[in-house]
Amino acid sequence: MKARVTVTLKRGVLDPQGKAIGNALHGLGFPQVGEVRAGKVIELDLAETDHEKARAAVEEMCRKLLANLVVEDYAIEIA
Amino acid sequence: MTGVTADVAKEHGLSAEEWQAALEIMGRTPSITELGIFSVMWSEHCSYKSSRVWLKTLPTTGPRVICGPGENAGVVDIGGGLAAVFKMESHNHPSFIEPYQGAATGVGGIMRDVFTMGARPVANLNALRFGRPDHPRTRHLLAGVVAGIGGYGNCVGVPTVGGELNFHPAYDGNCLVNAMTVGLAKADRIFYSAAAGVGNPVVYVGSKTGRDGIHGATMASAEFSEGTEEKRPTVQVGDPFTEKLLIEACLELMATDAIVAIQDMGAAGLTSSSVEMAGKGDLGITLDLDRVPQREQGMTAYEIMLSESQERMLMILRPGAEDQARAIFTKWELDFAVIGRLTDTGRLVLTRDGRVEADMPIEPLSSRAPLYHRPWEPTPPPAPIDDGAFDLPDTPVRALARLLASADLCSRRWVWEQYDSHVGADTAQGPGGDAAVVRIHGTGRALAMTCDVTPRYCLADPVEGGRQAVAEAWRNLTAVGALPLAVTDNMNFGNPEKPRIMGQFAGCIQGMADACRALEFPVVSGNVSLYNETDGRAILPTPAIGGLGLLEDVTKAAVAAFTAPDLAILVLGDGRGHLGQSLYLRELHGREEGAPPPVDLAVERRNGDLVRALIADGLVAGCHDVSDGGLLVAVAEMAMAGRTGCRLDLPADAGVLFGEDQGRYVVATADPTAVAARAVAAGVPVARVGTTGGVSLTGPHLGAISVEDLTAAHEAFLPALMSGETA
Amino acid sequence: MHAAVVVFPGSNCDRDVALAVARATGRPPAMVWHGDTDLPRADLIVLPGGFSYGDYLRCGAMAAHSPVMRAVVERVKAGARVLGICNGFQILTEARLLPGALLRNASRKFVCRPVSLRVETTNGEFTRAYAPGETIRLPVAHGEGNYTADPETLARLEGEGRVVFRYVDGTNPNGSVNDIAGIMDATGRVMGLMPHPERASEAIHGSTDGARMFEGLVEALA
Repeated sequence: MKARVTVTLKRGVLDPQGKAIGNALHGLGFPQVGEVRAGKVIELDLAETDHEKARAAVEEMCRKLLANLVVEDYAIEIA
Repeated sequence: MTGVTADVAKEHGLSAEEWQAALEIMGRTPSITELGIFSVMWSEHCSYKSSRVWLKTLPTTGPRVICGPGENAGVVDIGGGLAAVFKMESHNHPSFIEPYQGAATGVGGIMRDVFTMGARPVANLNALRFGRPDHPRTRHLLAGVVAGIGGYGNCVGVPTVGGELNFHPAYDGNCLVNAMTVGLAKADRIFYSAAAGVGNPVVYVGSKTGRDGIHGATMASAEFSEGTEEKRPTVQVGDPFTEKLLIEACLELMATDAIVAIQDMGAAGLTSSSVEMAGKGDLGITLDLDRVPQREQGMTAYEIMLSESQERMLMILRPGAEDQARAIFTKWELDFAVIGRLTDTGRLVLTRDGRVEADMPIEPLSSRAPLYHRPWEPTPPPAPIDDGAFDLPDTPVRALARLLASADLCSRRWVWEQYDSHVGADTAQGPGGDAAVVRIHGTGRALAMTCDVTPRYCLADPVEGGRQAVAEAWRNLTAVGALPLAVTDNMNFGNPEKPRIMGQFAGCIQGMADACRALEFPVVSGNVSLYNETDGRAILPTPAIGGLGLLEDVTKAAVAAFTAPDLAILVLGDGRGHLGQSLYLRELHGREEGAPPPVDLAVERRNGDLVRALIADGLVAGCHDVSDGGLLVAVAEMAMAGRTGCRLDLPADAGVLFGEDQGRYVVATADPTAVAARAVAAGVPVARVGTTGGVSLTGPHLGAISVEDLTAAHEAFLPALMSGETA
Repeated sequence: MHAAVVVFPGSNCDRDVALAVARATGRPPAMVWHGDTDLPRADLIVLPGGFSYGDYLRCGAMAAHSPVMRAVVERVKAGARVLGICNGFQILTEARLLPGALLRNASRKFVCRPVSLRVETTNGEFTRAYAPGETIRLPVAHGEGNYTADPETLARLEGEGRVVFRYVDGTNPNGSVNDIAGIMDATGRVMGLMPHPERASEAIHGSTDGARMFEGLVEALA
């Protein structure tokens, strides 16, 4: 079973990288781009067959290590 | 497996003659793995086939030289039982393709060359060249290269203390990234690469092997792809964290007596390291490639041998030392594998999945390596110019401000603030001065180091340019008070198959050899990068010189700054107003013309020896050599560095103010009488040109400008150019 | 004063800070490997700068979970002082021994330069050698030193006088909220700061303002 964790900075936390990407896209002629948020994706191979158990485990991983909840949010996809 | 043919050999870069030699050596058609080994061992990079005949003419010995060219890095005795280990190496092409990783892995590679010899890296420098500032790629390349150098060196914890940066349209299609590392070792604990001891284990440590960096041309050839079809990376990715662990693990193991020989896996990875180690020891080597730690599945013998995955080392251990060594690498969480043994057969034997994939004699790989006496044409002497024909276009101080704001003279702060220049807590002088000064850890002494070359001089007159590059490095070390010891070189040129380019190479080497001999400044290590051309346009000939010097007392190092008001400003050395190839001519008259300023090596030495003695005797409050931009630029740099103005009694004469005559120093002193007396006694021309003080740079014939305004102009260029650009 | 310096894989200021501590105490501190679960006797525990575990996930995140950190937490409860410098400060926030977080510099670039700092409090042992409100010079060298915290936490830090150092004279190098360069916990036993006092502890460094931090600690904890 595979899990994909997306970690982004929380709304309201300044994201200089996202801001720079947005500026660059405007410079390249994409005026339609509004706010840009940059984050990271972490892919995990899990020795687990139960969907719910997998999700619970990954939730715990996020809280303990993968995301810093002071400044980051996370989203989990299990496949 | 598909048969190896002359065409396949050609795709691997072997000429018809080289292929013939390979057939003769093998007595049969080589396997694809064997062909790959011939191709990398006989590449320009590994064999120096175009440059070797010329490199041999450089002086490489001296009373302090412990190890000259031929090992991973050069070694010089610095007294007190210690040695300095240093080398410079290029990563030009990878940096042009992917600037961040290209530069990062360049730094990683040169640090491995140094700690392989038993030295702890204590300082990094770099010499960078990019195309014209407004070229569409320049910003992207500069941002990426600087971030990559910083990203790697900062993480490993080796301070980046100096370097140089030039812009010129000749580098539009080929940037240059030359990285230098200096390390410290015990003089009697230097590690070499010659294997010894039949039966001794061959050990692989560091990162796992992947398909990184396997030569693009061969990878594109479909008939060699076995198994996976996924697009294979040719960009090597650096892992500075692993490098840091590798340094600590290797140095820990080196404190024991477990290692017989060691070499890093640089270009051509496992191939060059195993062949060179066995070859230097006149031994054979067998490797079981199944035991090589691998990051990817289904790698062939060919791929494993040609991979350029980073952060890997090969070692020969003393018999029975495996467990002790393994424990150290396990502690540092690094791979450790015994992958083979030394033999007495003189052959390289590789097995994979139980099959012999290569079985070839080692000695002919070096003894029959191609060696070319490439035809060369001397560069015709440049047409002379009339130094009196280039009047100041502006008041002197305004011309000065324009020069200080130009691409090649502006402040490099934007670059070096991205480098940790103080980690290690031994940096006494970081970037921005003539030479960096790094205390020898645990002592009161220091090493001085610098990177120098003036490529526009080398283009106009390679011999004079080669001489000047060495002389300027020597002068920069001298200007901080250090005794110059030895150099490393990084020869960056275009296509050596063109006689004109080969003539530049030959000329620069001749000039360098002259200067190294006259200044007793031998070459102990180096690297050659050829074929720096795009669409037939070559780079400027760029023989970058990395100089190393020694200071007996770190507290006596001179700074290139006006450190107080009311100091006399003296110029030591003679100026005749030479404007040929000057930045003044280029920036203010738009002309790149004339002969470069000549270097008189006897005068250079006489003047430098005096300056060094004056610094050692405490007579100098500030010292700066006169180079790019000439006298007024040198004075202004000292004013900006010390945030102190000066009153100058100099004429409004372009040659006097901006001529780039060599062998000169600006010295600020509280005791001008004593300095002048010493100069007269030594036969060194000396002139008082002004006094420090105030907040402006002024003179009756120059006009006035505040140091603050000068600084603002000086600091503006790079931030403005790079605004919004980060890697 | 007995001191210990924790060495994580990727620490690279451990040797520098050990020397600075040794100069103040007269004896070398114990060097403790990250995998150790026991700490030697230590009145002061230093988490040094560097790139622990390559700083690969987030700066300090993996180090905050290494075995030795459990022992560090125990020692704090027992009264030891903990000083986190640069990466050490990042580790302390990741380990929740200090509030807030350190984000990528607003410039998105690594920055190495001297900065001016105002000593905002001389309560506690870390800054007792300084005068209140004094301005000192220390170097910074980091890519992620941009301090942030939610408004409540910030209000508490400011209200309780737990902001220890603040960048002044326009030298904030990273965009930190309220120009915060260093903070301490509610007990005053744990302090983290981005600038490097160990790199301003000898004449050749151009400033010795950092040495006074260690000298003050020695006086207080001797």
